[in-house]
Amino acid sequence: MVQGSEAQTAKQILSETGAPVVMFDRVQLAFDDKVVLADLSFTLIKGHTKIILGASGSGKSTALKIITWLLKADAGVVWVNGQRVDQLTEHEMMSVRADLGMIFQEGALFDSLTVRENVGYKLYEETAMPLEDVDRRVEEVLGFIGLIEHADKMPSELSGGQRRRVAIARAMAFKPSILLYDEATTGLDPITATTVDDEIIKLRDLEGVSSIVVTHQLRDAFYVATHMAERGPDGAVRIMPASGDKAEEAEFIMLKDGLICFEGTAEELRRSADPYLKTFLS
Amino acid sequence: MFQAIERWLKGAALEAQEYVRLTMAAVRCTFTPPIYRHDVVEQFDLIGVGSLTVVLLSGLFTGAALAMQTGLTLDRFGARPVVGQLVSISMIKELGPVLTALMLTGRIGSGIAAELGSMVVTDQINALRALGTDPVRKLVVPRLLAGFCMAPVLTALADFVGIFGGWVVARFTLQVNSGVYWSSVTNGLYMQDAWMGLIKPLVFGFLIVTIACHVGLRTAGGTAGVGKSTTVAVVAGSVAVIAADFFVTQLLATLLY
Repeated sequence: MVQGSEAQTAKQILSETGAPVVMFDRVQLAFDDKVVLADLSFTLIKGHTKIILGASGSGKSTALKIITWLLKADAGVVWVNGQRVDQLTEHEMMSVRADLGMIFQEGALFDSLTVRENVGYKLYEETAMPLEDVDRRVEEVLGFIGLIEHADKMPSELSGGQRRRVAIARAMAFKPSILLYDEATTGLDPITATTVDDEIIKLRDLEGVSSIVVTHQLRDAFYVATHMAERGPDGAVRIMPASGDKAEEAEFIMLKDGLICFEGTAEELRRSADPYLKTFLS
Repeated sequence: MFQAIERWLKGAALEAQEYVRLTMAAVRCTFTPPIYRHDVVEQFDLIGVGSLTVVLLSGLFTGAALAMQTGLTLDRFGARPVVGQLVSISMIKELGPVLTALMLTGRIGSGIAAELGSMVVTDQINALRALGTDPVRKLVVPRLLAGFCMAPVLTALADFVGIFGGWVVARFTLQVNSGVYWSSVTNGLYMQDAWMGLIKPLVFGFLIVTIACHVGLRTAGGTAGVGKSTTVAVVAGSVAVIAADFFVTQLLATLLY
Protein backbone atom coordinates (compact mmCIF):
# COMPACT_ATOMS: atom_id res chain seq x y z
CA MET A 1 0.00 0.00 0.00
CA VAL A 2 2.80 2.36 1.02
CA GLN A 3 4.79 1.32 -2.06
CA GLY A 4 1.72 1.99 -4.21
CA SER A 5 1.32 5.50 -2.84
CA GLU A 6 5.06 6.16 -3.31
CA ALA A 7 4.78 5.07 -6.93
CA GLN A 8 1.76 7.32 -7.33
CA THR A 9 3.69 10.29 -5.87
CA ALA A 10 6.69 9.57 -8.13
CA LYS A 11 4.38 9.40 -11.14
CA GLN A 12 2.77 12.70 -10.18
CA ILE A 13 6.14 14.42 -9.73
CA LEU A 14 7.42 13.05 -13.04
CA SER A 15 4.39 14.36 -14.87
CA GLU A 16 5.23 17.94 -13.89
CA THR A 17 7.42 20.27 -15.96
CA GLY A 18 10.99 20.41 -14.69
CA ALA A 19 10.83 16.99 -13.03
CA PRO A 20 14.15 15.15 -12.70
CA VAL A 21 13.99 11.99 -14.85
CA VAL A 22 17.59 10.81 -14.35
CA MET A 23 19.65 11.59 -11.30
CA PHE A 24 23.23 10.54 -10.51
CA ASP A 25 24.38 11.15 -6.95
CA ARG A 26 28.07 10.56 -6.24
CA VAL A 27 28.30 7.55 -8.53
CA GLN A 28 31.57 5.67 -8.55
CA LEU A 29 32.85 2.77 -10.63
CA ALA A 30 36.27 1.14 -11.04
CA PHE A 31 37.49 -1.85 -13.04
CA ASP A 32 40.19 -3.42 -10.85
CA ASP A 33 42.64 -0.57 -10.21
CA LYS A 34 41.33 1.68 -12.98
CA VAL A 35 38.86 4.26 -11.71
CA VAL A 36 36.37 5.05 -14.48
CA LEU A 37 33.91 7.22 -12.55
CA ALA A 38 35.38 8.84 -9.44
CA ASP A 39 32.41 10.92 -8.33
CA LEU A 40 29.68 11.68 -10.84
CA SER A 41 26.57 13.69 -9.96
CA PHE A 42 24.13 15.25 -12.40
CA THR A 43 20.41 15.57 -13.06
CA LEU A 44 18.52 15.32 -16.34
CA ILE A 45 15.34 17.36 -16.40
CA LYS A 46 12.26 16.13 -18.24
CA GLY A 47 12.31 17.15 -21.91
CA HIS A 48 15.87 18.47 -21.67
CA THR A 49 19.11 17.26 -23.22
CA LYS A 50 22.30 16.51 -21.37
CA ILE A 51 25.35 16.29 -23.61
CA ILE A 52 28.27 14.42 -22.09
CA LEU A 53 31.64 15.25 -23.60
CA GLY A 54 35.03 13.88 -22.75
CA ALA A 55 38.11 12.16 -24.09
CA SER A 56 38.08 8.43 -24.88
CA GLY A 57 37.98 6.39 -21.68
CA SER A 58 36.65 9.27 -19.58
CA GLY A 59 33.59 7.25 -18.57
CA LYS A 60 30.93 8.73 -20.87
CA SER A 61 29.53 5.44 -22.20
CA THR A 62 29.93 3.88 -18.76
CA ALA A 63 27.50 6.45 -17.34
CA LEU A 64 24.88 5.44 -19.90
CA LYS A 65 25.39 1.76 -19.16
CA ILE A 66 24.86 2.46 -15.46
CA ILE A 67 21.54 4.17 -16.23
CA THR A 68 20.34 1.09 -18.16
CA TRP A 69 21.88 -1.27 -15.56
CA LEU A 70 24.13 -2.87 -18.18
CA LEU A 71 26.83 -2.03 -15.63
CA LYS A 72 26.36 -1.69 -11.91
CA ALA A 73 27.96 1.20 -10.01
CA ASP A 74 30.27 0.41 -7.10
CA ALA A 75 28.81 3.24 -5.04
CA GLY A 76 26.38 6.12 -5.31
CA VAL A 77 22.68 6.50 -6.03
CA VAL A 78 21.03 6.41 -9.46
CA TRP A 79 17.40 7.40 -10.01
CA VAL A 80 15.65 6.79 -13.32
CA ASN A 81 12.02 7.80 -13.80
CA GLY A 82 11.40 7.85 -10.06
CA GLN A 83 12.98 4.47 -9.35
CA ARG A 84 16.26 3.92 -7.55
CA VAL A 85 17.90 1.58 -10.06
CA ASP A 86 21.14 0.90 -8.20
CA GLN A 87 19.18 -1.26 -5.77
CA LEU A 88 17.17 -3.18 -8.37
CA THR A 89 17.81 -6.67 -9.68
CA GLU A 90 18.12 -7.37 -13.43
CA HIS A 91 14.57 -8.71 -13.38
CA GLU A 92 13.17 -5.64 -11.57
CA MET A 93 15.07 -3.41 -13.99
CA MET A 94 12.92 -4.64 -16.90
CA SER A 95 10.07 -2.31 -15.90
CA VAL A 96 12.46 0.69 -15.85
CA ARG A 97 13.84 -0.28 -19.27
CA ALA A 98 10.29 -0.23 -20.64
CA ASP A 99 10.56 3.58 -20.66
CA LEU A 100 14.21 3.82 -21.60
CA GLY A 101 15.74 3.59 -25.06
CA MET A 102 19.43 3.32 -25.87
CA ILE A 103 21.29 3.81 -29.14
CA PHE A 104 24.60 1.98 -29.11
CA GLN A 105 27.91 3.09 -30.64
CA GLU A 106 27.70 0.98 -33.80
CA GLY A 107 23.92 0.69 -33.78
CA ALA A 108 23.99 -2.88 -32.41
CA LEU A 109 21.22 -3.93 -34.78
CA PHE A 110 20.28 -7.61 -34.73
CA ASP A 111 22.01 -8.78 -37.90
CA SER A 112 19.75 -11.78 -38.46
CA LEU A 113 16.59 -9.64 -38.47
CA THR A 114 15.30 -7.26 -41.13
CA VAL A 115 15.02 -3.51 -40.53
CA ARG A 116 11.29 -3.94 -39.85
CA GLU A 117 11.91 -6.75 -37.33
CA ASN A 118 14.68 -4.76 -35.66
CA VAL A 119 12.53 -1.67 -35.26
CA GLY A 120 9.54 -3.61 -33.98
CA TYR A 121 11.60 -6.07 -31.91
CA LYS A 122 10.41 -4.96 -28.48
CA LEU A 123 6.79 -4.62 -29.56
CA TYR A 124 6.79 -8.01 -31.32
CA GLU A 125 8.62 -9.92 -28.61
CA GLU A 126 7.98 -8.18 -25.32
CA THR A 127 4.46 -6.82 -25.55
CA ALA A 128 1.01 -8.22 -26.23
CA MET A 129 0.30 -5.53 -28.83
CA PRO A 130 -1.65 -6.93 -31.83
CA LEU A 131 0.55 -7.54 -34.88
CA GLU A 132 -1.37 -5.05 -37.05
CA ASP A 133 -0.76 -2.32 -34.45
CA VAL A 134 2.93 -3.21 -34.26
CA ASP A 135 3.27 -3.09 -38.05
CA ARG A 136 1.51 0.28 -38.09
CA ARG A 137 3.82 1.68 -35.40
CA VAL A 138 6.93 0.32 -37.17
CA GLU A 139 5.90 2.00 -40.41
CA GLU A 140 5.11 5.22 -38.58
CA VAL A 141 8.56 5.23 -36.96
CA LEU A 142 10.36 4.30 -40.18
CA GLY A 143 8.47 7.10 -41.90
CA PHE A 144 9.56 9.51 -39.17
CA ILE A 145 13.22 8.74 -39.83
CA GLY A 146 12.71 8.49 -43.60
CA LEU A 147 13.67 4.84 -44.10
CA ILE A 148 10.32 3.25 -44.90
CA GLU A 149 11.59 1.97 -48.27
CA HIS A 150 14.32 0.00 -46.49
CA ALA A 151 11.93 -1.87 -44.16
CA ASP A 152 12.58 -5.30 -45.64
CA LYS A 153 16.34 -4.99 -46.02
CA MET A 154 18.88 -6.63 -43.73
CA PRO A 155 21.09 -4.31 -41.63
CA SER A 156 24.15 -5.38 -43.67
CA GLU A 157 22.55 -3.80 -46.76
CA LEU A 158 22.37 -0.36 -45.14
CA SER A 159 24.95 2.42 -44.96
CA GLY A 160 26.47 3.45 -41.63
CA GLY A 161 24.17 6.45 -41.29
CA GLN A 162 21.08 4.42 -42.15
CA ARG A 163 22.04 1.82 -39.56
CA ARG A 164 22.30 4.51 -36.85
CA ARG A 165 18.91 5.91 -37.86
CA VAL A 166 17.38 2.41 -37.70
CA ALA A 167 18.90 2.07 -34.23
CA ILE A 168 17.18 5.33 -33.27
CA ALA A 169 13.92 4.03 -34.76
CA ARG A 170 14.25 0.80 -32.75
CA ALA A 171 14.84 2.76 -29.56
CA MET A 172 11.88 5.09 -30.15
CA ALA A 173 9.39 2.52 -31.45
CA PHE A 174 8.00 1.73 -28.00
CA LYS A 175 7.74 5.45 -27.15
CA PRO A 176 10.21 5.70 -24.27
CA SER A 177 10.36 9.00 -22.41
CA ILE A 178 14.17 8.88 -22.13
CA LEU A 179 16.65 8.17 -24.92
CA LEU A 180 20.35 7.59 -24.41
CA TYR A 181 22.64 8.13 -27.40
CA ASP A 182 26.05 6.51 -27.15
CA GLU A 183 28.29 8.06 -29.84
CA ALA A 184 25.41 8.00 -32.30
CA THR A 185 27.35 9.99 -34.92
CA THR A 186 30.89 8.72 -34.45
CA GLY A 187 32.45 7.52 -37.69
CA LEU A 188 29.85 9.20 -39.90
CA ASP A 189 30.55 11.91 -42.47
CA PRO A 190 29.27 15.40 -41.51
CA ILE A 191 26.24 15.29 -43.80
CA THR A 192 25.07 11.89 -42.55
CA ALA A 193 25.86 12.91 -38.97
CA THR A 194 23.60 15.93 -39.39
CA THR A 195 20.68 13.69 -40.42
CA VAL A 196 21.18 11.71 -37.20
CA ASP A 197 21.45 14.96 -35.19
CA ASP A 198 18.19 16.14 -36.75
CA GLU A 199 16.47 12.96 -35.54
CA ILE A 200 17.74 13.60 -32.01
CA ILE A 201 16.40 17.17 -32.14
CA LYS A 202 13.06 16.11 -33.63
CA LEU A 203 12.54 13.45 -30.96
CA ARG A 204 13.31 15.93 -28.21
CA ASP A 205 11.24 18.82 -29.50
CA LEU A 206 8.35 17.08 -31.22
CA GLU A 207 7.99 13.95 -29.10
CA GLY A 208 9.09 15.44 -25.78
CA VAL A 209 11.80 12.83 -25.22
CA SER A 210 14.42 13.57 -22.55
CA SER A 211 17.85 12.68 -23.87
CA ILE A 212 21.42 12.11 -22.84
CA VAL A 213 23.85 12.41 -25.73
CA VAL A 214 27.32 10.99 -25.27
CA THR A 215 29.80 12.09 -27.90
CA HIS A 216 33.22 13.45 -28.58
CA GLN A 217 32.08 14.99 -31.88
CA LEU A 218 31.96 18.68 -30.94
CA ARG A 219 30.24 19.71 -34.13
CA ASP A 220 27.31 17.37 -33.45
CA ALA A 221 27.18 18.25 -29.75
CA PHE A 222 26.86 21.99 -30.48
CA TYR A 223 24.42 21.37 -33.34
CA VAL A 224 22.06 19.40 -31.08
CA ALA A 225 22.40 21.96 -28.29
CA THR A 226 21.83 25.04 -30.43
CA HIS A 227 19.06 23.88 -32.76
CA MET A 228 15.40 23.12 -32.32
CA ALA A 229 12.68 21.45 -34.38
CA GLU A 230 9.32 22.95 -35.17
CA ARG A 231 6.39 21.67 -37.20
CA GLY A 232 5.11 24.29 -39.60
CA PRO A 233 1.45 24.90 -40.51
CA ASP A 234 1.92 22.66 -43.57
CA GLY A 235 3.00 19.80 -41.30
CA ALA A 236 6.62 19.92 -42.47
CA VAL A 237 9.31 19.79 -39.79
CA ARG A 238 11.90 22.58 -39.80
CA ILE A 239 15.21 22.53 -37.95
CA MET A 240 16.27 26.03 -36.93
CA PRO A 241 18.60 27.76 -34.46
CA ALA A 242 17.25 27.46 -30.93
CA SER A 243 15.68 30.46 -29.27
CA GLY A 244 17.01 31.70 -25.91
CA ASP A 245 14.91 29.51 -23.59
CA LYS A 246 15.25 26.45 -25.77
CA ALA A 247 19.05 26.79 -25.87
CA GLU A 248 19.05 26.71 -22.04
CA GLU A 249 17.42 23.25 -22.12
CA ALA A 250 20.54 21.61 -23.48
CA GLU A 251 23.33 21.37 -20.97
CA PHE A 252 26.90 20.15 -21.41
CA ILE A 253 28.89 18.02 -19.02
CA MET A 254 32.61 17.58 -19.59
CA LEU A 255 34.16 14.51 -17.98
CA LYS A 256 37.82 14.27 -17.10
CA ASP A 257 39.38 11.43 -15.09
CA GLY A 258 35.96 10.26 -13.92
CA LEU A 259 34.96 13.68 -12.61
CA ILE A 260 32.87 16.52 -14.00
CA CYS A 261 35.19 19.38 -14.94
CA PHE A 262 32.48 21.54 -16.54
CA GLU A 263 28.71 21.77 -16.45
CA GLY A 264 26.78 24.48 -18.30
CA THR A 265 25.19 25.66 -21.53
CA ALA A 266 26.77 25.74 -24.98
CA GLU A 267 27.46 29.46 -24.62
CA GLU A 268 29.12 28.98 -21.20
CA LEU A 269 31.23 26.19 -22.63
CA ARG A 270 32.38 28.36 -25.53
CA ARG A 271 33.31 31.20 -23.17
CA SER A 272 35.11 29.01 -20.63
CA ALA A 273 38.70 30.00 -19.87
CA ASP A 274 39.63 26.57 -18.50
CA PRO A 275 42.83 25.43 -20.32
CA TYR A 276 41.63 21.81 -20.62
CA LEU A 277 38.31 22.90 -22.13
CA LYS A 278 40.07 25.28 -24.48
CA THR A 279 42.35 22.47 -25.66
CA PHE A 280 39.38 20.13 -26.06
CA LEU A 281 37.38 22.68 -28.04
CA SER A 282 40.25 23.85 -30.22
CA MET B 1 55.68 -19.10 -11.05
CA PHE B 2 53.32 -19.31 -8.04
CA GLN B 3 51.65 -16.11 -9.16
CA ALA B 4 50.96 -17.64 -12.57
CA ILE B 5 49.48 -20.75 -10.95
CA GLU B 6 47.41 -18.61 -8.59
CA ARG B 7 46.14 -16.52 -11.49
CA TRP B 8 45.24 -19.65 -13.47
CA LEU B 9 43.42 -21.19 -10.51
CA LYS B 10 41.47 -17.99 -9.89
CA GLY B 11 40.55 -17.80 -13.58
CA ALA B 12 39.42 -21.44 -13.59
CA ALA B 13 37.35 -20.93 -10.42
CA LEU B 14 35.71 -17.84 -11.93
CA GLU B 15 34.87 -19.71 -15.14
CA ALA B 16 33.39 -22.60 -13.14
CA GLN B 17 31.35 -20.18 -11.03
CA GLU B 18 30.01 -18.33 -14.09
CA TYR B 19 29.24 -21.62 -15.84
CA VAL B 20 27.23 -22.89 -12.87
CA ARG B 21 25.44 -19.54 -12.60
CA LEU B 22 24.46 -19.53 -16.27
CA THR B 23 23.36 -23.17 -16.14
CA MET B 24 21.19 -22.58 -13.07
CA ALA B 25 19.66 -19.47 -14.63
CA ALA B 26 18.95 -21.38 -17.85
CA VAL B 27 17.30 -24.27 -15.99
CA ARG B 28 15.21 -21.83 -13.93
CA CYS B 29 14.16 -19.90 -17.05
CA THR B 30 13.19 -23.16 -18.80
CA PHE B 31 10.40 -23.71 -16.28
CA THR B 32 9.18 -20.13 -15.91
CA PRO B 33 7.51 -17.80 -18.43
CA PRO B 34 8.08 -16.16 -20.83
CA ILE B 35 9.29 -18.85 -23.23
CA TYR B 36 10.20 -17.67 -26.73
CA ARG B 37 8.39 -20.47 -28.60
CA HIS B 38 9.37 -19.28 -32.04
CA ASP B 39 13.07 -19.44 -31.09
CA VAL B 40 12.61 -22.89 -29.54
CA VAL B 41 11.10 -24.26 -32.76
CA GLU B 42 13.84 -22.59 -34.82
CA GLN B 43 16.57 -24.15 -32.68
CA PHE B 44 14.96 -27.61 -32.83
CA ASP B 45 15.16 -27.27 -36.60
CA LEU B 46 18.72 -25.91 -36.66
CA ILE B 47 20.15 -28.32 -34.10
CA GLY B 48 18.01 -31.36 -34.86
CA VAL B 49 17.27 -31.37 -38.57
CA GLY B 50 20.40 -29.38 -39.42
CA SER B 51 22.69 -31.94 -37.77
CA LEU B 52 21.01 -34.96 -39.33
CA THR B 53 23.32 -35.41 -42.33
CA VAL B 54 26.58 -35.22 -40.44
CA VAL B 55 25.30 -37.49 -37.65
CA LEU B 56 23.89 -40.11 -40.03
CA LEU B 57 27.04 -40.21 -42.16
CA SER B 58 29.31 -40.59 -39.16
CA GLY B 59 27.04 -43.28 -37.70
CA LEU B 60 26.89 -45.20 -40.97
CA PHE B 61 30.64 -45.31 -41.53
CA THR B 62 31.42 -46.01 -37.88
CA GLY B 63 29.11 -49.03 -37.90
CA ALA B 64 30.59 -50.25 -41.18
CA ALA B 65 34.20 -49.84 -39.99
CA LEU B 66 33.35 -51.52 -36.70
CA ALA B 67 31.88 -54.52 -38.48
CA MET B 68 34.94 -54.76 -40.72
CA GLN B 69 37.42 -54.59 -37.84
CA THR B 70 35.59 -56.88 -35.43
CA GLY B 71 34.64 -59.32 -38.17
CA LEU B 72 38.28 -60.01 -38.92
CA THR B 73 39.10 -60.43 -35.23
CA LEU B 74 36.07 -62.63 -34.56
CA ASP B 75 37.17 -64.85 -37.44
CA ARG B 76 40.13 -66.04 -35.37
CA PHE B 77 37.69 -67.57 -32.89
CA GLY B 78 35.22 -68.75 -35.51
CA ALA B 79 32.70 -66.26 -34.18
CA ARG B 80 32.02 -64.25 -37.32
CA PRO B 81 28.20 -64.72 -37.05
CA VAL B 82 28.06 -62.72 -33.80
CA VAL B 83 29.41 -59.63 -35.50
CA GLY B 84 25.93 -58.07 -35.34
CA GLN B 85 25.85 -58.42 -31.59
CA LEU B 86 29.18 -56.68 -31.25
CA VAL B 87 28.22 -53.86 -33.59
CA SER B 88 24.87 -53.22 -31.93
CA ILE B 89 26.18 -53.26 -28.36
CA SER B 90 29.13 -51.02 -29.26
CA MET B 91 26.98 -48.58 -31.21
CA ILE B 92 24.09 -48.31 -28.76
CA LYS B 93 26.04 -48.24 -25.51
CA GLU B 94 29.14 -46.31 -26.47
CA LEU B 95 30.00 -45.27 -30.00
CA GLY B 96 26.60 -43.93 -31.01
CA PRO B 97 26.21 -41.53 -28.05
CA VAL B 98 29.85 -40.42 -27.95
CA LEU B 99 30.39 -39.95 -31.68
CA THR B 100 27.06 -38.19 -32.12
CA ALA B 101 27.93 -35.90 -29.23
CA LEU B 102 31.35 -35.15 -30.71
CA MET B 103 29.78 -34.39 -34.08
CA LEU B 104 27.27 -32.11 -32.36
CA THR B 105 30.05 -30.38 -30.47
CA GLY B 106 31.82 -29.64 -33.75
CA ARG B 107 28.70 -28.53 -35.52
CA ILE B 108 26.42 -26.82 -33.01
CA GLY B 109 28.90 -26.08 -30.20
CA SER B 110 31.07 -24.02 -32.51
CA GLY B 111 28.05 -22.39 -34.14
CA ILE B 112 26.49 -21.36 -30.84
CA ALA B 113 29.77 -19.97 -29.48
CA ALA B 114 30.44 -18.01 -32.69
CA GLU B 115 26.90 -16.64 -32.91
CA LEU B 116 26.65 -15.56 -29.28
CA GLY B 117 30.26 -14.33 -29.29
CA SER B 118 29.56 -12.11 -32.32
CA MET B 119 26.46 -10.77 -30.59
CA VAL B 120 28.53 -9.92 -27.51
CA VAL B 121 31.29 -8.06 -29.37
CA THR B 122 28.80 -6.09 -31.49
CA ASP B 123 26.79 -5.05 -28.41
CA GLN B 124 23.72 -6.99 -29.57
CA ILE B 125 23.48 -8.74 -26.19
CA ASN B 126 23.52 -5.36 -24.42
CA ALA B 127 20.93 -4.12 -26.92
CA LEU B 128 18.72 -7.11 -26.05
CA ARG B 129 19.00 -6.33 -22.35
CA ALA B 130 18.35 -2.63 -22.95
CA LEU B 131 15.20 -3.60 -24.87
CA GLY B 132 14.00 -5.57 -21.87
CA THR B 133 14.86 -9.08 -23.07
CA ASP B 134 16.70 -11.53 -20.85
CA PRO B 135 19.45 -13.03 -23.09
CA VAL B 136 19.32 -16.30 -21.14
CA ARG B 137 15.62 -16.74 -21.91
CA LYS B 138 15.92 -15.59 -25.51
CA LEU B 139 19.19 -17.26 -26.53
CA VAL B 140 20.23 -19.96 -24.07
CA VAL B 141 16.92 -21.65 -23.19
CA PRO B 142 15.85 -22.45 -26.79
CA ARG B 143 19.29 -23.89 -27.57
CA LEU B 144 19.34 -25.85 -24.32
CA LEU B 145 15.91 -27.37 -24.95
CA ALA B 146 16.85 -28.24 -28.52
CA GLY B 147 20.23 -29.75 -27.57
CA PHE B 148 18.78 -31.69 -24.64
CA CYS B 149 15.86 -33.12 -26.62
CA MET B 150 17.46 -33.64 -30.02
CA ALA B 151 20.71 -35.32 -28.89
CA PRO B 152 18.93 -38.61 -27.91
CA VAL B 153 16.88 -38.56 -31.13
CA LEU B 154 19.97 -38.03 -33.28
CA THR B 155 21.84 -40.68 -31.31
CA ALA B 156 19.06 -43.23 -31.85
CA LEU B 157 19.16 -42.52 -35.58
CA ALA B 158 22.97 -42.76 -35.64
CA ASP B 159 22.73 -46.11 -33.80
CA PHE B 160 20.28 -47.42 -36.36
CA VAL B 161 22.26 -46.38 -39.44
CA GLY B 162 25.45 -47.62 -37.74
CA ILE B 163 23.93 -51.06 -37.29
CA PHE B 164 22.71 -50.85 -40.88
CA GLY B 165 26.25 -49.96 -42.02
CA GLY B 166 27.47 -52.99 -40.07
CA TRP B 167 24.93 -55.16 -41.90
CA VAL B 168 26.16 -53.92 -45.31
CA VAL B 169 29.73 -54.96 -44.44
CA ALA B 170 28.66 -58.19 -42.72
CA ARG B 171 26.48 -59.21 -45.66
CA PHE B 172 28.63 -58.22 -48.61
CA THR B 173 32.20 -58.35 -47.30
CA LEU B 174 32.12 -60.84 -44.43
CA GLN B 175 29.43 -62.98 -46.16
CA VAL B 176 27.31 -63.28 -43.01
CA ASN B 177 23.72 -64.21 -43.66
CA SER B 178 21.27 -61.30 -43.14
CA GLY B 179 19.02 -63.31 -40.80
CA VAL B 180 21.99 -64.35 -38.70
CA TYR B 181 23.18 -60.75 -38.49
CA TRP B 182 19.84 -59.23 -37.44
CA SER B 183 19.03 -61.95 -34.92
CA SER B 184 22.51 -61.48 -33.48
CA VAL B 185 21.81 -57.75 -33.24
CA THR B 186 18.65 -58.24 -31.18
CA ASN B 187 19.82 -61.26 -29.18
CA GLY B 188 22.70 -59.41 -27.61
CA LEU B 189 20.70 -56.39 -26.52
CA TYR B 190 19.02 -55.79 -23.18
CA MET B 191 16.68 -53.01 -22.11
CA GLN B 192 19.40 -51.59 -19.88
CA ASP B 193 21.60 -51.07 -22.95
CA ALA B 194 18.88 -49.02 -24.59
CA TRP B 195 18.46 -46.93 -21.44
CA MET B 196 22.18 -46.31 -21.29
CA GLY B 197 22.18 -45.33 -24.96
CA LEU B 198 19.37 -42.82 -24.38
CA ILE B 199 20.38 -41.33 -21.02
CA LYS B 200 23.94 -40.54 -22.08
CA PRO B 201 22.95 -38.23 -24.96
CA LEU B 202 20.70 -36.25 -22.62
CA VAL B 203 23.73 -35.44 -20.48
CA PHE B 204 25.93 -34.78 -23.53
CA GLY B 205 23.37 -32.50 -25.20
CA PHE B 206 23.04 -30.50 -22.00
CA LEU B 207 26.83 -30.17 -21.62
CA ILE B 208 27.52 -29.24 -25.26
CA VAL B 209 24.94 -26.45 -25.32
CA THR B 210 25.60 -24.99 -21.87
CA ILE B 211 29.38 -24.95 -22.45
CA ALA B 212 28.99 -23.34 -25.88
CA CYS B 213 26.56 -20.71 -24.54
CA HIS B 214 28.81 -19.97 -21.56
CA VAL B 215 31.90 -19.59 -23.74
CA GLY B 216 30.02 -17.52 -26.33
CA LEU B 217 28.49 -15.14 -23.80
CA ARG B 218 31.88 -14.55 -22.16
CA THR B 219 33.58 -13.61 -25.42
CA ALA B 220 35.84 -10.58 -25.28
CA GLY B 221 38.34 -9.06 -27.67
CA GLY B 222 36.56 -8.47 -30.97
CA THR B 223 36.62 -10.86 -33.91
CA ALA B 224 39.79 -12.57 -32.63
CA GLY B 225 37.89 -13.25 -29.42
CA VAL B 226 35.05 -14.85 -31.38
CA GLY B 227 37.52 -17.20 -33.09
CA LYS B 228 39.05 -18.10 -29.75
CA SER B 229 35.63 -18.74 -28.21
CA THR B 230 34.70 -21.06 -31.08
CA THR B 231 37.86 -23.12 -30.55
CA VAL B 232 37.40 -23.20 -26.77
CA ALA B 233 33.76 -24.28 -27.13
CA VAL B 234 34.71 -27.23 -29.36
CA VAL B 235 37.71 -28.30 -27.28
CA ALA B 236 36.00 -27.90 -23.91
CA GLY B 237 32.81 -29.50 -25.22
CA SER B 238 34.65 -32.53 -26.63
CA VAL B 239 36.68 -33.08 -23.47
CA ALA B 240 33.54 -32.67 -21.35
CA VAL B 241 31.70 -35.26 -23.46
CA ILE B 242 34.48 -37.82 -23.18
CA ALA B 243 34.98 -37.21 -19.46
CA ALA B 244 31.22 -37.26 -18.78
CA ASP B 245 30.98 -40.51 -20.77
CA PHE B 246 33.28 -42.23 -18.29
CA PHE B 247 31.41 -41.03 -15.21
CA VAL B 248 27.92 -41.54 -16.62
CA THR B 249 28.85 -45.04 -17.82
CA GLN B 250 30.12 -45.89 -14.34
CA LEU B 251 27.01 -44.47 -12.69
CA LEU B 252 24.56 -46.14 -15.06
CA ALA B 253 26.41 -49.47 -14.88
CA THR B 254 25.92 -49.36 -11.10
CA LEU B 255 22.30 -48.28 -11.27
CA LEU B 256 21.02 -50.29 -14.23
CA TYR B 257 22.85 -53.62 -14.18
